[in-house]
Amino acid sequence: MIAELGLAALWLAASLALLQLALVWFGLVGDKADLLAGVRPVAVAQAGLCAIAFLALIALFLRSDMSVALVAANSHSAKPWLYKFAGTWGNHEGSMLLWVTVMGLAGAGVALLERALRRDTHMATLGAQAAISLGFYAFLLFSSNPFARLAAAPEDGQGLNPLLQDPGLAFHPPTLYLGYVGLSVAFSFAVGALMTRNVDAAFARAMRPWVLGAWVLLTIGITAGSYWAYYELGWGGWWFWDPVENASLMPWLAATALLHSVTVLATRDALRAWTVMLAVVAFSMSMVGTFLVRSGILTSVHAFAVDPERGTFILALLLVYIGGALALFGFRVGTVREGAQFELVSRETMLVLNNLLLSVVLGVVLIGTLYPLMTEAFGHKVSVGPPYFDAVAGPIALGLMLVMIAGPVTRWRHDALRAVGGRLLVPTLVGLAALSALAVLAWGRIGVLPFLGLVIAAATAVGSLTPLGKRNLRRTPLFTYGMVIAHLGCAVSIAGMASDSAFTVEKLAAMRVGDRVSAAGWTVSLDQIGPIAGDNWTAMQADVSAARDGGTPVLLHPQSRFFTTPPTATNESAILTRWNGQLYVVLGEPTQDGRWQMRIWWKPFVTLIWLGGGLIALGGLLSLIGRERRGWMKRLRKAAA
Amino acid sequence: MDEAAAESGGMRRGFILWLPLVLFLGLGGLFLHGLLSPESRTIDSKMVGKPLPAFALPAAASNRPGLSTPDLTQGKPRLLNIFASWCVPCAAEAPQLMALRQAGARIDAIAIRDARGDVDRFLGRWGNPYQRIGLDARSAVQLALGSSGVPETFIIDGRGRIVHQHIGDIRAEDVPDILARLRAAQ
Repeated sequence: MIAELGLAALWLAASLALLQLALVWFGLVGDKADLLAGVRPVAVAQAGLCAIAFLALIALFLRSDMSVALVAANSHSAKPWLYKFAGTWGNHEGSMLLWVTVMGLAGAGVALLERALRRDTHMATLGAQAAISLGFYAFLLFSSNPFARLAAAPEDGQGLNPLLQDPGLAFHPPTLYLGYVGLSVAFSFAVGALMTRNVDAAFARAMRPWVLGAWVLLTIGITAGSYWAYYELGWGGWWFWDPVENASLMPWLAATALLHSVTVLATRDALRAWTVMLAVVAFSMSMVGTFLVRSGILTSVHAFAVDPERGTFILALLLVYIGGALALFGFRVGTVREGAQFELVSRETMLVLNNLLLSVVLGVVLIGTLYPLMTEAFGHKVSVGPPYFDAVAGPIALGLMLVMIAGPVTRWRHDALRAVGGRLLVPTLVGLAALSALAVLAWGRIGVLPFLGLVIAAATAVGSLTPLGKRNLRRTPLFTYGMVIAHLGCAVSIAGMASDSAFTVEKLAAMRVGDRVSAAGWTVSLDQIGPIAGDNWTAMQADVSAARDGGTPVLLHPQSRFFTTPPTATNESAILTRWNGQLYVVLGEPTQDGRWQMRIWWKPFVTLIWLGGGLIALGGLLSLIGRERRGWMKRLRKAAA
Repeated sequence: MDEAAAESGGMRRGFILWLPLVLFLGLGGLFLHGLLSPESRTIDSKMVGKPLPAFALPAAASNRPGLSTPDLTQGKPRLLNIFASWCVPCAAEAPQLMALRQAGARIDAIAIRDARGDVDRFLGRWGNPYQRIGLDARSAVQLALGSSGVPETFIIDGRGRIVHQHIGDIRAEDVPDILARLRAAQ
């Protein structure tokens, strides 16, 4: 019964999306303005129906209703409830339903919250949003019905991939999806603005909170995903340039560029066509990423829902929406009046530079990710790995950091080169000090890129605080604090990455109970090893004690886990966090003579990577609150009155 | 003159506005091609058909010598097996390697990220079909060979050229094919 209710709600929501599109089309193009009054209620009702469908699927998973094909294929009654819950979206159909639900809610948000935008642009935006939703409804209903029943219900389900049975999973994909959907809203704004030839500062201000919100969520999603891969996969690495990771990084890079260009448009009414273009590109990257992951077109450890038919469907949506938007861009953007001009030494120039460098990094990642596909089209097979990405994207990212130091201390419209140089004096000195210190301490022992990374991170950390230098801190607006914190986060994160790649110590050992090994000042001893049983797994668990420089030993418990449904083994690393780094211990396979393979890493300051990611997201959040608070308060007061 | 310049300027601007669409359609074509040709996506080494890279590896086992490029250019075709004692599929393919050895194949090996004691135990338990075993502690030679994992097996002709790469463990049904390729490499 619940499944049928969910399916009915989904069909109704899809027909409302069609209605919404028709109302906008005939209202704007057919000049029947009274039709437009129906658009907002329809958008809100559509969101409600989506939410009902999604709640129905959650209920089916929580009740382990094995008569539903999706539940039977992905759940198991022995699973802890949190993973039953997260299992709702840990599969293709459920995640697509989550996507349309969030999209419906975002559409309702645009319908209810947006007040400052010109009415026709607002309506065209909602029309575009409905058109995108329609494609995803069609995808769900015709090729990935989450509510399909099985003719005969099995005794028990097949279970969720154990790698995905982790608290991180419960929140990682939805966060990324929320980000992607936020970018779809920005895309709809861009299409709406092109349709009604209305690209200006007001449009940018309407789009900005969605871009900021999406960007914050993507930042959190990528940071969390990176940490998840780090502790769950047991390889000691935090980023593998895997196609799926790149698929989440590319929208983030585009959104970062968009975030900065939309600020130029909102503040100075410049970069009109470019901002519209970026909004289209940012959502394109979300769809390209989804396509790459779902179609299985590239080999990846993440490809959990590989199906050529679905791939074809997503490709068709991709071609229709993105191709359509780019064609609209070609037709219309020529008629958008040119925006404000600016001089060479100005904040605008710095932000253009930021956009160019981010676009180049985006291109590098896109080409690297697709290169195997391109060469395959010509009959060659290659793989592209971290050496390419690190060597090409790394230096550009460091260049980006330098622009990030200079941008915030440069004035809008025009500034004097000498004055900007003066404001950069302190960061430059700090950078030089870091350079000399590192040259003395570690010259020749670490690679060029980590070396430069540490130097530039030091300069950026100080440089990011410079905009606060001559200000009254209590009267500094919240969004300026947001920018400062986000930029500081970049410095912190780069410092962590550079430190990890420069100073990590790795030790491989085959250990017997009672053995001890030392690495990087740590003494690690294997005290005991024995079986242990969890909710739906069993494991061999090692008691490992680790002591630094003869200090008090700390007990660690790395595990080698075995899941029965489906049968799989995973390594649960044990991580000991200290202020200056992490000790990372993995229990490997047993050898024939009763020894156990252990991998031990000491990773100095590796935690800064994710701390930086958190700061970046926090900065974005503060900016969002700082920019939008006044509008929200006004609307609340109006609603109360 | 001015009018012509303005015209060509307009043309250029027009072209730039349509460039994103053109690039995107190229991307779409690429995706479509990738979808329509769902052949195996394992990545063959670019080194197939080329001479072996020069290397000299120390011995990985106590009772076998190490391996260097000249050992593989002695005029007779050989198999070069990439394995590791910590790799489960490598143990699974051991009987097939023994069968190949008994059928007269000469087999050398490179042990990846391994330790001598571990390799000795592995060979003691699963059998030793190898004549020479080099230790590639940091995967450097493996990467130079264009091998992306363990186990993999290369067929090297007598002059040190790589003629074939077998990715993954050798199954019983692969043995005749590998023997035929070895003979063809004479």
